[in-house]
Amino acid sequence: MLKQTEGSHAVAEAVALCRPEVICAYPISPQTHIVEALGEMVKSGALPQCEFINVESEFAAMSVAIGSSAAGARTYTATASQGLLFMVEAVYNASGLGLPIVMTVANRAIGAPINIWNDHSDSLSQRDSGWMQLFAETNQEALDLHIQAFRLAEELSLPVMVCMDGFILTHAFERVDMPEQAQVDAYLPAFEPRQMLDPAEPVSIGAMVGPEAFMEVKYLEHAKQLQALDLIPQYAAEFKQIFGRDSGGLVRPYALEDAETVIIAMGSVLGTIKDVVDEMRAAGHKIGVLGIISYRPFPLQAVREALANCKRFLVLEKSLAVGMGGILATDIRMAVTGSGLKGFTAIAGLGGRPIPKSSLHPLFCRAEQEDLPPITFVDLDQAAVDKQLEREKQNRRSGPIAENILHDKGLVSAKFG
Amino acid sequence: MFQIRIHGRGGQGVVTATEMLSIAAFEEGRHAQAFPSFGSERTGAPVVAFCRIDDKEIRLREPIMQPDALIIQDPTLLHQIDVFAGFQPEGYVLLNTSHTFAELGLADFVARHKNAHLACLPATEIGLRHIGRPIPNVPLLGGFAALSGLIKLESVVLAINEKFSGKVAEGNIAAATEAYEQIRALMKGETHA
Repeated sequence: MLKQTEGSHAVAEAVALCRPEVICAYPISPQTHIVEALGEMVKSGALPQCEFINVESEFAAMSVAIGSSAAGARTYTATASQGLLFMVEAVYNASGLGLPIVMTVANRAIGAPINIWNDHSDSLSQRDSGWMQLFAETNQEALDLHIQAFRLAEELSLPVMVCMDGFILTHAFERVDMPEQAQVDAYLPAFEPRQMLDPAEPVSIGAMVGPEAFMEVKYLEHAKQLQALDLIPQYAAEFKQIFGRDSGGLVRPYALEDAETVIIAMGSVLGTIKDVVDEMRAAGHKIGVLGIISYRPFPLQAVREALANCKRFLVLEKSLAVGMGGILATDIRMAVTGSGLKGFTAIAGLGGRPIPKSSLHPLFCRAEQEDLPPITFVDLDQAAVDKQLEREKQNRRSGPIAENILHDKGLVSAKFG
Repeated sequence: MFQIRIHGRGGQGVVTATEMLSIAAFEEGRHAQAFPSFGSERTGAPVVAFCRIDDKEIRLREPIMQPDALIIQDPTLLHQIDVFAGFQPEGYVLLNTSHTFAELGLADFVARHKNAHLACLPATEIGLRHIGRPIPNVPLLGGFAALSGLIKLESVVLAINEKFSGKVAEGNIAAATEAYEQIRALMKGETHA
């Protein structure tokens, strides 16, 4: 059914349609509306089979999720930013133990400096945690990916993060097609755990594993994620059969056929990028887009194939590996190793800085001309950076950087509204 | 694509107003995207929220920097922030005040823009009368429906019924209807309130 609703609410409804049995979460912006809505549904009796557990922290949220998943309950949680960092030890345990938890990450920057706005630093910090990570482009895709995520997680017995841009998607009201319960039931079978703490058939979960077997257990995590490279497109195809729309998959090509320049990105910024690309196409530019939906497992082959006919690419990402550069870009370059393709990286939108068409248009034109440095920081205020660097050169006690930059820009503190 | 920016203060229902506007457009079969300027919403602090309306899917995710319409829920913002930033020459302005543009020092602004697209509405008073609280957001939506013709009053009523129920919904519908009629009357007279 078509409805106009908030992204968070759409995700909460989709999670409810997946018949979760345990939801444990600690509220943090911009994920709060999702778990609030689910909490209301449980309290109202709309989810009679589900227990909502209020926990005292994100670490507890993931710990409870581990326990309930190990007990054989379909388990959901959500977090963002510092909340994700706070639960990290348990995040690795969930994947290491092979527990098929589904978690929404409402992507948000990581402090310091403290910042509540969107970028991809939080889930990308968990790149190597063993969780799969699927990135939504729209609210429709965010809700659809949750339905696919439970199926994927439970088939492989591995946890999945569904990543959606904090605020930009979570707080946006837009049109979504909300599935019917019968459709979700037809797509998502009941949870049949591969391992379970069952008094009738007792096992222990979480054995200490020494050098004799650790590598094999770890390798199996990797092998399962590689299996997901086949399952993700298969589940997206089956999703289309039942729900009638394209959602999910490994990558999403757009206007790629004769594209000489390809822009690569993840998440909601793909919408803005497509608008710019349409305008450039209308003006005769041979430019296209490759959206990455599955960040982990990373679809090396699908990316290589999608870029096979282009001449150059630009990775635009909302994340920064400090001291190195792009994070997504590193994986893309791995995918095209040996191809001789010219690649550029653009870091944009850190800490919620808007990524407007007016900034992308000249950037893409320069990429097309191969007139870019290896890394571009989109809309960086270089003068403010230089001023601070000069201050540090002139004065040993140059003071706290964040406060200095705010002062230089005439701001008392972060600008709200 | 038509882009609306609503300025107000925390507690005035700015975000709710854009959400309702998007619901009203959706009810008319159009695509709409509403989103707040993200941040901590504090009572009394300036708040901005955005709504885009189009006949096709809206993919753009940037803030609205060149609005086709401005709804200003609090006239004291005129002295605090540049509410007119990026405003389009033929655009619409609906300002919540019981004064006139001239009384607020905006005579020059009015002279430079399309007269029939600019209006003042005492939305706080209308809200107080019908809802019992000084909440101007819903009356302004009723007034905006009349001023712009972009959405129908009936669609605003549908949006009100989706967000509220019972007496609150009734009061908001009455407020939106009165605001709609005030602006209609004003437009017939072709003068500014």
